Amino acid sequence: MSFEGLSKESTEKRRSLLESIYLWEVVKGLAVTGRHLVHNIFHTGDMPTMQYPEEKRVYSDRFRGRHRLMKREDGTPRCVACQMCSTYCPADCITITAAEHPDPAIEKYPATFDIDLLRCVYCGLCEEACPCDAIRMDTGIYEIAADSRDKFVVDKEFLLNEQTRGTR
Amino acid sequence: MAIVLESLAKIVFMFLLIMGMVPALIWAERKGAAYIQDRTGPNRASIGGVRLAGLVHPIADVLKLVFKEDVAPTNRHRALYALAPWVVMTVAVSTYAVIPFGDYLTIAGRKIPLVVADLQVGLLYVLAVASLGTYGIVLAGWAANNKFTFLGGIRATAQMISYEINMGLAIMGLMLIFGSLRLTDIVAGQGGLLFGWLPMWGVVLQPLGFVLFITSVYAETNRNPFDLPEGESEIVAGYHLEYSSLKFALFFMAEYCHMVVGAAMISALYFGGYQIPWLPRPMLEKHAGLLLQLVLGLTVAASLLFAVLFLRRVQREKGKFGDARDREPVLGAGFWIIVALAAAGAFALRPGDIGATGASVFASLFQVGAFVGKVVFFAWLFIWVRWTLPRFRYDQLMRLGWKVMLPLGLANLVGTALVVALIGNGK
Ligand code: SF4
Ligand code: SF4
Repeated sequence: MSFEGLSKESTEKRRSLLESIYLWEVVKGLAVTGRHLVHNIFHTGDMPTMQYPEEKRVYSDRFRGRHRLMKREDGTPRCVACQMCSTYCPADCITITAAEHPDPAIEKYPATFDIDLLRCVYCGLCEEACPCDAIRMDTGIYEIAADSRDKFVVDKEFLLNEQTRGTR
Repeated sequence: MAIVLESLAKIVFMFLLIMGMVPALIWAERKGAAYIQDRTGPNRASIGGVRLAGLVHPIADVLKLVFKEDVAPTNRHRALYALAPWVVMTVAVSTYAVIPFGDYLTIAGRKIPLVVADLQVGLLYVLAVASLGTYGIVLAGWAANNKFTFLGGIRATAQMISYEINMGLAIMGLMLIFGSLRLTDIVAGQGGLLFGWLPMWGVVLQPLGFVLFITSVYAETNRNPFDLPEGESEIVAGYHLEYSSLKFALFFMAEYCHMVVGAAMISALYFGGYQIPWLPRPMLEKHAGLLLQLVLGLTVAASLLFAVLFLRRVQREKGKFGDARDREPVLGAGFWIIVALAAAGAFALRPGDIGATGASVFASLFQVGAFVGKVVFFAWLFIWVRWTLPRFRYDQLMRLGWKVMLPLGLANLVGTALVVALIGNGK
């Protein structure tokens, strides 16, 4: 059986004698790594490593960070509990309980609005789906860490509060 | 009585040398790998803000491993599972017994040879003990009752059998030249000069043998490019996969001990051991005072340089971290200034004439220093090679061992034998 375009020459590159002895190649390789080593010893500043908690990467404005809920001028949530976001959400991590709004023009408001940040994949579909621009991911928060799972489930008050960082 | 004390002192020295080098090598491995790959490497663990460029990490590592839970598979062979890491570790440290780390030390008229056990069959001992190391690895792989560890054990066996032969063949060349199996004889034989200018090191007399030997040593220590027994990409972690906490630490330490043994063997057999080229012992003793001054002077210069570097960091990094780490450059600068002052004080005392005894002791220590320096270099070479070369494929490994190195080793042996028969050996 023969495979077209897979002749022996193409799979096994011909080596020159010097290359097949291998030792000279080893020395060349050592020279490459040695160069990097010496350069980095004398130019520690050149290394791309970021000393994370002290230095932080600046992300673009379009970076999808942790969500926040927007407010109306009177301070109530803009969300009308239409369930668009939770329907779209591929990770199924938004849980909304709707309740009747006192204002007949608004119909509904979210009695509870929980996002499980551990399940969220930060795809941004929720903010795209929202008809009222009530949910946004423009906080730029990416340090989402906690020491227990339930701290990752953030509720309405948390999402409305502009001072909150990361998780509960 | 004195001989017991002497031996004990030598054993302790050797043991401390190895055990002291293990954390240093782990540090060099991690930091060296990082710098080779353009990373910063470990730099977080600190004691009171002093991070020593990551040297505190090995301590943190050990603490972590000691306090970790010892998870063991249920279906293991209990006795062998517990025994395996100790076999590996014991074997790794016992090779040192025959390696001479210095010529001799004269204390109160006693001439103490600087080797723990000057065995007549030193080389055979090394080969025998080194192959026992595989035994521990195979035991570990088999006793854990896991297919990956088992495969690792099998690989180790096959690799060891293939490369042990090459190692033996390479060493035999040296044996013919120096006409002895005693390691002290071999090292002493490398003190002379060839044609009046070339140091008569093993590597000069046996270049091919050296290449074969160093390759076999890399295979024997299971280090990259021959670390197939633990090839992470294929068999997870190989033979030590089912080991955790302190037992894993033993395997880990044994690997570095093997490295130090390998480095010591390479320097003793092929790089003259404690011999310093063009500076034989009588010359060392004659110029001991001058050399001592030189060493002290260099210490002063080096520590002043370090102090200046640290002082520059003090200026540059004022309040950079906002915690105890900010103290580090200040403490570093202080330390090096104190060292510089101490060395300068010793220099000013003019230790020029230290007498015949002093000169002899100094010469011995100088030679021990040369040996340690060579060992450190070759241990570093192990690390350097690891972060340069990719791992061999298994068939490539076998082909290299049996089809390339074995014939070359035989040719080297026959060639050496012919030359020795024609012009006589070094004796
Ligand atoms: S970002 Fe994606 S996954 Fe996360 S809540 Fe919104 S829709 Fe769901
Ligand atoms: S956040 Fe937007 S999409 Fe989601 S329920 Fe509220 S209004 Fe609807």
